[in-house]
Amino acid sequence: MKLVSLLVTLLLGALLLTAAADFPSWGDPHSPASLHVSDYYIENSLEQTAVPNFVTSILADYRGYDTMFETTVIFCAGLTVLTLLRRSHRKEKKVVTPRPNREDQDLILTSAARMIAPMMQIFALYVVAHGHHSPGGGFQGGVILGASFILLALSYDLQTVLGRLKERVALIMSGIGVAIYAGIGAGCLLLGGNFLDYGVWSKVLGVFGVTPVTARSHGMLGVEIGVAITVMYIMFSLYADLSSGGEMDEGL
Amino acid sequence: MRELFGTVIGEYNYWAFLILLLIGLHAMISKNNLVKKVIGMSIFQSAIILYYVSTGYKKGSTIPIMAHGHGTEPIHETAGQMVAGFVNPLPHVLMLTAIVVGVSTLGVALALIQKIYRVYGTIEEDEILEKITE
Repeated sequence: MKLVSLLVTLLLGALLLTAAADFPSWGDPHSPASLHVSDYYIENSLEQTAVPNFVTSILADYRGYDTMFETTVIFCAGLTVLTLLRRSHRKEKKVVTPRPNREDQDLILTSAARMIAPMMQIFALYVVAHGHHSPGGGFQGGVILGASFILLALSYDLQTVLGRLKERVALIMSGIGVAIYAGIGAGCLLLGGNFLDYGVWSKVLGVFGVTPVTARSHGMLGVEIGVAITVMYIMFSLYADLSSGGEMDEGL
Repeated sequence: MRELFGTVIGEYNYWAFLILLLIGLHAMISKNNLVKKVIGMSIFQSAIILYYVSTGYKKGSTIPIMAHGHGTEPIHETAGQMVAGFVNPLPHVLMLTAIVVGVSTLGVALALIQKIYRVYGTIEEDEILEKITE
């Protein structure tokens, strides 16, 4: 098996190396990848969406459908892991024996985690809310938020965190995150625009002095918040399921 | 020959991505342990992400954020200058979504491996095959 694999790998390597000679050189501004639509995005993003971060404006507006189904992919992954690992207790009547309480929880670890977690969460909120203007956005902020809960679960134990963040709540909230995204898109339909065409939200937000251009920026913020909620809860749910084998009893 | 050598050295970003890609592929095919296969898949994904992000780079350009966020922004006289002044944002967006899908597939893969371990008691591929054929 090793020999076959080595042969296939080396063949592919030789093939790709010969192809690499035809590729544009490193840092070429006229490479085919940066000639067509990306120029349009760079030139028009600020005028059309009032968002200076091109990555965010492409992610949440020009390619809004892509990101919406991306969020759905995460949601589905969370559900899949849950359904794969969960045993039906109705059949087995398995008695979950809670692990004897760990008396030797490390003082340094727990107090450090207790101090770091709120900082992480505040920073994550900043990353989400400031995603249009600086590097960041819903996915990144959501992952940091999820990581703060995982940190707590690692340093205390899973039960402590599940006592504050119920699994049922986590799943409902991750569904709500996707619903926020789709709801903002569907609101555009109700207001007479296309799906995810945030500009029409100015009809509602116009009382606050929002123009169709800045309405796109606000629409993106709303969408990013939805993404962040989904990502945060799914990340934690993935950790909780995988670390406890679906039992939700002890964790690592 | 010398020309070829020059192009190959000049395009070292492809080298880095190629080597990572081959390591990942080799691990996915040859390793017997399922967790190691998943690690190979992650390396493979990283190679592709590296490749895409490297195609977006333009010489002398800066991060794709306009107007504020970095103080030393040159003044762009024409649209062409402006386009050349920023890294191509499209590969970044595509790879952002690819990373997210990577996390999802990793989670599902680990869950599947746990399930396999629960049923067969092992995650070595040949042992699983033996138990299936028994």
